[in-house]
Amino acid sequence: MKELLYRNLQRKIISLILVVSFAPLITLGATLYYQFNNTYRQNIDEQIRYRAQAQSEAVDLFLKERTAILNAMADTHTFQDMIDEGSLSRIFEVMNYRAGAFVDLGVIDSEGRHLAYIGPYDLKGRNYQGQPWFDEVMSKGVYKSDVYMGYRNLPHFIIAIRRDEDRNQWILRATIDPDILEKIVRSAQIGRTGDAFLINRDGVYQTLPRFHGIVLSQSNLDTSLFGGRVTVTEITDGKNRNSLYAGSWLKDRKWLLVIKQESDELMSRLFEIRYTEIIIISMGILAIVLTTFFAVRLAIRQLKSSDEKMIGLNAQLVQSDKLAALGKMAAGVAHEINNPLATIIQKTGWMEDLLEEEEFQNSENFEEFRTSIKKIEEHVERARKVVHNMLGYARKMEPRLEDVDVNDTLNQTINILENYARNNNIDIQTDLANDLPIIAGDQAQLQQVFLNLITNAIDAIGKNGLIEAKSRRTDSQIHVSIKDDGPGLSEDEMKKIFDPFYTTKESGKGTGLGLWVSHSIIEKMGGTINVRSGAGLGATFTVEIPIVIPEKK
Amino acid sequence: MDYFSILIVDDEVDFLETLVKRMQKRNIDTVGVISGEKALEALEKRRFDVVLLDIKMPGGMDGIETLREIKRKHPLTEVLLLTGHGSVETSIDGMKLGAFDYLLKPIKLEELLPKLGAAFEQKVTQEQKIRKARIKELVRFPGRVLQQEKEEKK
Repeated sequence: MKELLYRNLQRKIISLILVVSFAPLITLGATLYYQFNNTYRQNIDEQIRYRAQAQSEAVDLFLKERTAILNAMADTHTFQDMIDEGSLSRIFEVMNYRAGAFVDLGVIDSEGRHLAYIGPYDLKGRNYQGQPWFDEVMSKGVYKSDVYMGYRNLPHFIIAIRRDEDRNQWILRATIDPDILEKIVRSAQIGRTGDAFLINRDGVYQTLPRFHGIVLSQSNLDTSLFGGRVTVTEITDGKNRNSLYAGSWLKDRKWLLVIKQESDELMSRLFEIRYTEIIIISMGILAIVLTTFFAVRLAIRQLKSSDEKMIGLNAQLVQSDKLAALGKMAAGVAHEINNPLATIIQKTGWMEDLLEEEEFQNSENFEEFRTSIKKIEEHVERARKVVHNMLGYARKMEPRLEDVDVNDTLNQTINILENYARNNNIDIQTDLANDLPIIAGDQAQLQQVFLNLITNAIDAIGKNGLIEAKSRRTDSQIHVSIKDDGPGLSEDEMKKIFDPFYTTKESGKGTGLGLWVSHSIIEKMGGTINVRSGAGLGATFTVEIPIVIPEKK
Repeated sequence: MDYFSILIVDDEVDFLETLVKRMQKRNIDTVGVISGEKALEALEKRRFDVVLLDIKMPGGMDGIETLREIKRKHPLTEVLLLTGHGSVETSIDGMKLGAFDYLLKPIKLEELLPKLGAAFEQKVTQEQKIRKARIKELVRFPGRVLQQEKEEKK
C-alpha cells in the first residue's frame, strides 16, 4: 500500500547516513595521508641530505689529512733530504705506516724535473714542465687530480704540494690509493637499491658505483643539477624509475659525492602505510554500509509494523466510536418509536373493549374489525421486537465482564440480520445446543464477532443460499460455527483472510478489517477463530471460546 | 377487584386518554395527568393507591424527580415506572428511589393490570404492618402515640 513511501524513506535515510559517514572518513583519511606523505618525504629528504653532507665531509677530511701529511713531511725536511733516496724511502715508510694509502712519493723541482721517487712506477727523470697539473701546483701550491687508471690498472689519483724553501721551490707529489676513499664513500649507501659514489664535474665516476658503470666511466649525471653545498633532486631514468639523488660538493668543488636511492624503496614504507590505510578505510566503509543497511531496514520494518498496528487500533477505535454513537442514537430512536407503539396498542385495546359491547357484535363487519385489530397488534409486536433487539444490541457498549448467554447472543444477532438475509433469499438455520453454560464475557463484543461472521456469510453467498449457525460445548470450550454455502475460499485466501486490510470484496465494499477485529476480540477472550473451506465448497468459520464461569455475586 | 385508585402520569395525551378510558370501563378509579407537577397537585387533593409514572417527560419535572417527590410526600403510595427506552441506569435509579417495578412500553393492558394489582397489594400490606406497629406502641406508650397524632394534625 504505502510500500513506495517506506522504500523511499529507507533510501533517503541510508543515503544520508552513508554520505555523512563517508565524507568525514574519507576526508580524514586523505588529509592524514597527505600530511604523512609530506612529512615522510621531508624526512627522507633531510636524511639523505644529511648523509650526503656527512659523507662528503668525511671524504674532505681524508683528502685534507693526506695533504697535511705531505705538507708536514715537506716542511720538516730539506730539499736535500728529500732527494736522497734513502731518507725519501724512510719518509715514505713512515707516511704509509702512520697514515696509509700512499702508493708512491716523488720530488719534483721547480723546472718540472722528477728528481727522486719511491714507488712502483718508473718516473725518475721525467719532466712535467708545461703540464697543466704542474702549472697548477706551482701557482696554487696544492693540486689534487682526478682519478685515473694507474699502476696495475687500478684507479689512483695524485696529490701534489709545493714547498717554498728559502728561494727554492720544490714539489712533493704522492699517488693515493683510493681504496679507503672507496670504503668511506661506499659506507654511505643503504638499502637494496641505494648507491654512493664520487663523480667529477664532467660526471665521470671517481669511485666504483654499485650497479652500473665502473671507475672512469660516464655516469651521465648532469652535475649542473647540483648547486650550492648539498642538493637533493629526483631523476627518472630510462626505465621510468624514480630515484632520489643527493649531491654534496667537496670543498674544492671538483668532486661531487652522490648518494642515490630509488624512490620506490624509500617510499616503500609510505606505500605500506597507504595500503594499510586504504584497507582500514575500506573495511570501515564496508562496516558502515552493512550496518547502515541492516539497521535502517530494521528500523523501517519496525516503523511499518507499528504504523499498521496504529491503523488497526484506529480502526478499532472508529468501530467502537461508531457503535457507541449508534448506542446513544438507538436509545433516542427507541423511545420515539415505542411511545407511538404504546398509543397504538392502547387504541386497539380500546377498540377491542368497545367491540365487546353487544350492539357491535351484530354488525356485518364485526369479524373484519376483530381480525384487523388482531393484525394491527401483531405488527406492533413485530415492530416492538425489532426495536427491542436493536436496543439490546446497542445498549451493552461498555466492555465489561457480564453474564453472557451465547445462544441468546447468537439469536439476537440473527434477528438483527434476518431481514437482510431474507431480502436476498438466504435462509438462516440454527442448531443450538441447550447445555451451554452462562459464561463471563463481554456480550457486546461477542455479538460484534457473530455479526461480522454472519454478515460475511450473507455477503459471500450473495443471493439464494443457506447459512447454518451451530453451537456446541466441549468440556472446557464453547464452539459456535457459522457455515455458508457460498463460493468458498482458496488455500491462499484462507491464509490471508484474518490479515488486516485483506478483503475479497471489490474495492470500496469492505475495509478488510472485520475478521481481523473479530480475531483479536476472540483472542483477547482466550479463544480462537478458524476457517475450513475449499473453492466451491462454502466456508465454515468456527469460534472456540473457553468456558469461564462468572463469579457468584 | 378490590376498590383501588390509580393515578396515571404521562405526557403522551392520546396514550393517557385511551388508557384512562379503558381502566374506567373496567370500573377502576383512574385519573390521568400530563405532567409531574400536576401529579403532585393531584396527590395533595386526594389519596391514590398506585401511581403509573412515565419516566421520560420532556419539559418541567422529569419522571425521576417526580418519583422522588411522590415518595417523599406520600411514601405509602406505590409507584410503577413506565419507560419507552428502558435504559438500565434509569430503571436502577428508579428502583433505588423506591419504585415498585418498571415496565416497558408498549405494554398490553392485560399485562399491566396484574402489575397494578400487585402494587396495590404491596401498599395494603405495608399499611397493615404500620397499623399493627402503632397498636403495639399505643398499648405500651399511649402518651407518645397521642403526642404524635397531635403533631400530625398540624
